[in-house]
Amino acid sequence: MTESAASFTRPKTAAFDRLYTFHGGLKLPGHREITAARPILSAGVPATLVLPLQQHIGQPAESLVQPGDTVYKGQLIARQVGTMSATLHASSSGTVVAIEDRPVPHPSGLLAPCIIIKTDGLDRYLEQTDAAADYSHMDRGELCDRIRDAGIVGLGGAGFPTQVKLGRCERRLELLLINATECEPYIACDNRLLQERAAEVIEGVRILQRVLLPDECIIAIEDGMTAAEEALRSALASGNETGIRVTRVPEIYPTGGERQLIKVLTGREVPSQGFPADIGIICQNVGTTAAIHDAVVKRQPLLSRIVTVTGDGIAQPQNFETLIGTPVSHLVACAGGYTQDVERLLIGGPMMGYAVADDDIPVTKTLNCILAVSHGEMPAPPPAQPCIRCGKCTAVCPADLLPQQLYWYAHSSNLDAAQDYNLFDCIECGCCASVCPSHIPLVQYYRHAKMEIWAREKQKNSSDHARQRHEARLSRLDRIKQERAERMARKKQALSSDGGSSDMKKAAIEAALERVKRKKEQAGTPPKNVDNLTPEQQQLIAAADERRQHKNESD
Amino acid sequence: MEFKTYSSPHLPVSASVSAMMQRVLLALLPGIACMTWLFGWGIVINILLASLTAVLAEAGVLLLRKRPLAPLSDGSALLSGVLLALALPPLAPWWIPVIGSLFAIVIAKQLYGGLGYNPFNPAMAGYVVLLISFPLELTLWSAPGAQPGFADTLVHVFGGGLPAGQTLDTLTMATPMDGIKTRLGLSETLSEMRGSPLFGSFAGAGWEWINLWFLVGGLWLLQMRVIQWQIPVGMLGGLAFIAFVFYAVNPDIYSTPLFQLFSGAAMLGAFFIATDPVSACTTPRGRLYFGLGIGLLTYIIRTWGGYPDGVAFAVLLMNMAAPTIDHYTRPRVFGHDS
Repeated sequence: MTESAASFTRPKTAAFDRLYTFHGGLKLPGHREITAARPILSAGVPATLVLPLQQHIGQPAESLVQPGDTVYKGQLIARQVGTMSATLHASSSGTVVAIEDRPVPHPSGLLAPCIIIKTDGLDRYLEQTDAAADYSHMDRGELCDRIRDAGIVGLGGAGFPTQVKLGRCERRLELLLINATECEPYIACDNRLLQERAAEVIEGVRILQRVLLPDECIIAIEDGMTAAEEALRSALASGNETGIRVTRVPEIYPTGGERQLIKVLTGREVPSQGFPADIGIICQNVGTTAAIHDAVVKRQPLLSRIVTVTGDGIAQPQNFETLIGTPVSHLVACAGGYTQDVERLLIGGPMMGYAVADDDIPVTKTLNCILAVSHGEMPAPPPAQPCIRCGKCTAVCPADLLPQQLYWYAHSSNLDAAQDYNLFDCIECGCCASVCPSHIPLVQYYRHAKMEIWAREKQKNSSDHARQRHEARLSRLDRIKQERAERMARKKQALSSDGGSSDMKKAAIEAALERVKRKKEQAGTPPKNVDNLTPEQQQLIAAADERRQHKNESD
Repeated sequence: MEFKTYSSPHLPVSASVSAMMQRVLLALLPGIACMTWLFGWGIVINILLASLTAVLAEAGVLLLRKRPLAPLSDGSALLSGVLLALALPPLAPWWIPVIGSLFAIVIAKQLYGGLGYNPFNPAMAGYVVLLISFPLELTLWSAPGAQPGFADTLVHVFGGGLPAGQTLDTLTMATPMDGIKTRLGLSETLSEMRGSPLFGSFAGAGWEWINLWFLVGGLWLLQMRVIQWQIPVGMLGGLAFIAFVFYAVNPDIYSTPLFQLFSGAAMLGAFFIATDPVSACTTPRGRLYFGLGIGLLTYIIRTWGGYPDGVAFAVLLMNMAAPTIDHYTRPRVFGHDS
């Protein structure tokens, strides 16, 4: 009783007015100055758009178009399958030329089904209304539907379908957290978005507030983002907005990680296998928030995103408003192409991004940065040396793991021990590997071990299944055998218990003798189909009979 | 165009094992200089013999194991040799550092798999073998400040000869820890010994300065983040605590905590030997317990054991306990309850 009363009279919320720290992390050089200071340019309409059916976590979308179809900008071309999925729209007008497997942004150079559109350069909508939609009459469900139909997923990199996240909070939402901390070096797309479209971001936040009814709302930015902060504050002031706060967090990698950011702002830890919603918090990337604004106010699905194109391998580093499906090569060309000594092409930042061998891949909803670097900027890693257990990795691990022990177990394929040391709490941020004096590619080892465990689990599941089937078969055979034995026993018993009535026994014996006799007679009957035989055939048969006769006699 | 692919993270690396080892060697220099000033060229000769043997032994085993010679450049064998040499008396014959170093590198390090795989601190394993096998040679400490010249030392180390008119007895002198132990055994009290040449300003004569300079080097290592604070703090804290308890009980037979901290191998052990990451604990809390254990054991062996100093035995004993301590001191993982 007292407890429920307490929950009713609880003060509105903890004020969230101080900052906390998480264990470890790194201060990294920003490398963002150039791109954060230059305006976002449009990357235009490329000749071809490649739209992977899966740009999100969950089930791939299902194509609704056929090769040869004409599509308009914003037209739904693939629908969501199940709850955990997202829709896909044509990001420009043109003709569908193929639906086939193409290389997609993935560390392994994976091929995945894509809809390929040859653009007509007209970039036309089927119908477009410029007037801003009034959403004040829309209820929570309608807003959610609008967001779902726009194909919005988490643009920070995870690609979690946004409507699933919005529907996830069962309990009262204490805090809506808008993540504008880029945290990885080089990436400046969110920074630039805030500088140029702060009012739209705030409008997006208001829509989210309407859907989620949070007690508090914070937009988290990093210490270094002065211009973005000014833009936000002036937009908040001009909108007379008091329900949204802007909080600066220190530039320590990986503060931009959802779990770390929540720890910094609230002091709470998201449970290991849980979601922020479990502790009354929902976190949204600022780019996602802008996309929600576009979906609700402009009635425009997610057709483009901002991509930072940077690194010393790029002639003119810049942020680009890029249509989803634009080939990376096109985007690099927009940024003046590669420099002479480019050597590595990264998708994402330098800490968690992955290197790709080829730029013939499309920009997806979750691709936030293209980083091309020379050997001088990021030299090849030196050869790995033995781990000396110095513990520098432990000191920087934001998940409080023991990376040196995880390495030890991953290295010796002791997967049970690795799991026991909470391998799956590793967020692969790369802090450990970047401070390792032995230059061991630790993250690679952890990824490999995770993969092994998943494979093993899968195999175990299938072998469990096979074993179950085998056991079922054995017991079935057993049962049949037993039943037969029982039947025989019953028969036997019937025969022997009726031992007094020898008539029955006699009858049975007689019946058996009769059966044998009949069989013998049948054996004596002449062969069939011998009525209309040619003389040659009759001759052959006679010869055969003779041989048989002869053989029987000699026996 | 084909780009090069590597695994993340992609930022250039900053630290390296060889840089760490170099810094440790650099941090040893003030203490080495002080030892040389007090005990003469024998210290330098020991260091040269032990480190040369260590590097050659490492190279030899790597060749036998058909492994690349690249690990030689990490400086770990060199460091083991130097640390072993710093435990040896300046008038020890040449084969003492050579045998100790051979055992340290060949048996205690390479036979277990080389750098990163040795469960025991190689330098201390080598030292303990010498201590048990050649106890007499390990007492050949000269009196602080009364060191023989370079040529005389060379002659003695390699030929066993002594300068004219000198005997081993006139040249050598018990270390403060050894001397006090002997005289306590003769029922003398510490206050009666106070005036003897065994005592310096606040701890063992000469050794107080050596310890001070190793402390300076150790603090620099801490500041450079080459080592972490848990092991030195644990060890010195443990040593000072137990020393204080017994000193408070009976100051006549138990020396002051300050004496304990600045005598023998206390500072060298706390900052340079116990902090060998390979054979120490690896969890932050485990390291504190590991250091604490070494501090307590050092005091116990010093006070009631058969040897004047106990750092080496304490380190080896705690090396044995390290995996168990690590197992029970795992940090709470982010998002977990306990």
